Amino acid sequence: MIDARGQSCPIPVVMVQDAVKKGNNPSELQVKVDAMVCVENISRYAASQGYTVSTEESDGEYTLTLKK
Amino acid sequence: MAENEVKLTKLAKCAGCGAKVGAGVLAQLLGDMKVLRDPNLLVGFDKSDDASVYKVSDDLALVQTVDFFPPIHDDPYIFGQIAATNALSDVYAMGGEPKLALNIMAVPKDMPSETVHEILRGGYDKAYEAGAIISGGHSILDDEPKYGLAVTGFVHPEKALTNSGAKPGDVLILTKPLGIGILTTAAKVNMTSKEGMDLAVTLMTTLNKSARDVMVKYRVHACTDVTGFSLMGHGLEMAQGSNTELHIRVDDIDLIPEAVEFAKMGILPEGMYRNRNFAESYVDPGEVELAYQDVLYDPQTAGGLLIAVDPGDAEMMFEEMKGKVPSAQMIGTVEEFHGGSRIFLKTGS
Repeated sequence: MIDARGQSCPIPVVMVQDAVKKGNNPSELQVKVDAMVCVENISRYAASQGYTVSTEESDGEYTLTLKK
Repeated sequence: MAENEVKLTKLAKCAGCGAKVGAGVLAQLLGDMKVLRDPNLLVGFDKSDDASVYKVSDDLALVQTVDFFPPIHDDPYIFGQIAATNALSDVYAMGGEPKLALNIMAVPKDMPSETVHEILRGGYDKAYEAGAIISGGHSILDDEPKYGLAVTGFVHPEKALTNSGAKPGDVLILTKPLGIGILTTAAKVNMTSKEGMDLAVTLMTTLNKSARDVMVKYRVHACTDVTGFSLMGHGLEMAQGSNTELHIRVDDIDLIPEAVEFAKMGILPEGMYRNRNFAESYVDPGEVELAYQDVLYDPQTAGGLLIAVDPGDAEMMFEEMKGKVPSAQMIGTVEEFHGGSRIFLKTGS
């Protein structure tokens, strides 16, 4: 789980990009963020890398699960 | 950069025009305000225009505007230039010439005086280049630095250009490439190439003066500068204000290639999403890929002019613009409104 809460965009999406590169395209990845703009940015990046994304929201925090 | 020097952009919560309050929110906030009616106020807030225009006599009108924002560049001299270029632009967008300006400044109390001086020097140099005099200003203490100008200019009352005069058949011309906001966002995480950042800085410090000087020689029906609300946001205001629709050929727009690449990677400013929320229900995206659309919603700082020119003058004006503006582009046409979408994006030239 990548915890990118408290980071302002575009740092969270860059953290996810680093994790994808380091993990050599892992089949599953989870990330926690606290701003909608980060959800959108990560979703765009994930889609460009062939991941499907599901998002769960609770108390203004979002957990994104990337799968392929 | 020395270690004890401030990294200006780190003091800013949002970058440049991305810090703007959304267009929809503004309209709501101002909706019920009491405003005096005056026939000499030729352009006010009602059409969401770039500046106010007030007729003083039959051959003279005042153009007034104000713009300021937090640092968008770490070099204070560059930041000052960008903020001034952006503020002066609203006068050019009305077809006017800036004459007087006042500094507006917020500075943290521990900011070194050389830094403050450099920001101001950037502003003064751009005002000088524009032929305007900075005659005063106001500064306050604030944790987040901010700089900009309140600008007064002049225009002939019958020649003031608004964003609401576009006519079906007009040709749309844009004068700077798009993608500045994305490049400055990527720069926050040091991803923008040196060439990309140099291009962004050159664009953000190029006055719209030359574009204005060419434009006023032709039959221009509407003009606006493309800034925080993006091409789509400002285009929508033009279409709605003129009761027309815009047909835009995306392949003919100069989209900065590096910005398109960042859009594909999800490196996008928050303002892009705000602009989408405001405008996308009025935009028919056709077959245009998401990343390219995103650049059309990218908030620009000190962006170019979007001009609706009479079709009879379009070719000549376009030719004259080339070489005088950063990037002259003929991007589409104004059409009669048919109900429904206000902006239609097309692929293929």
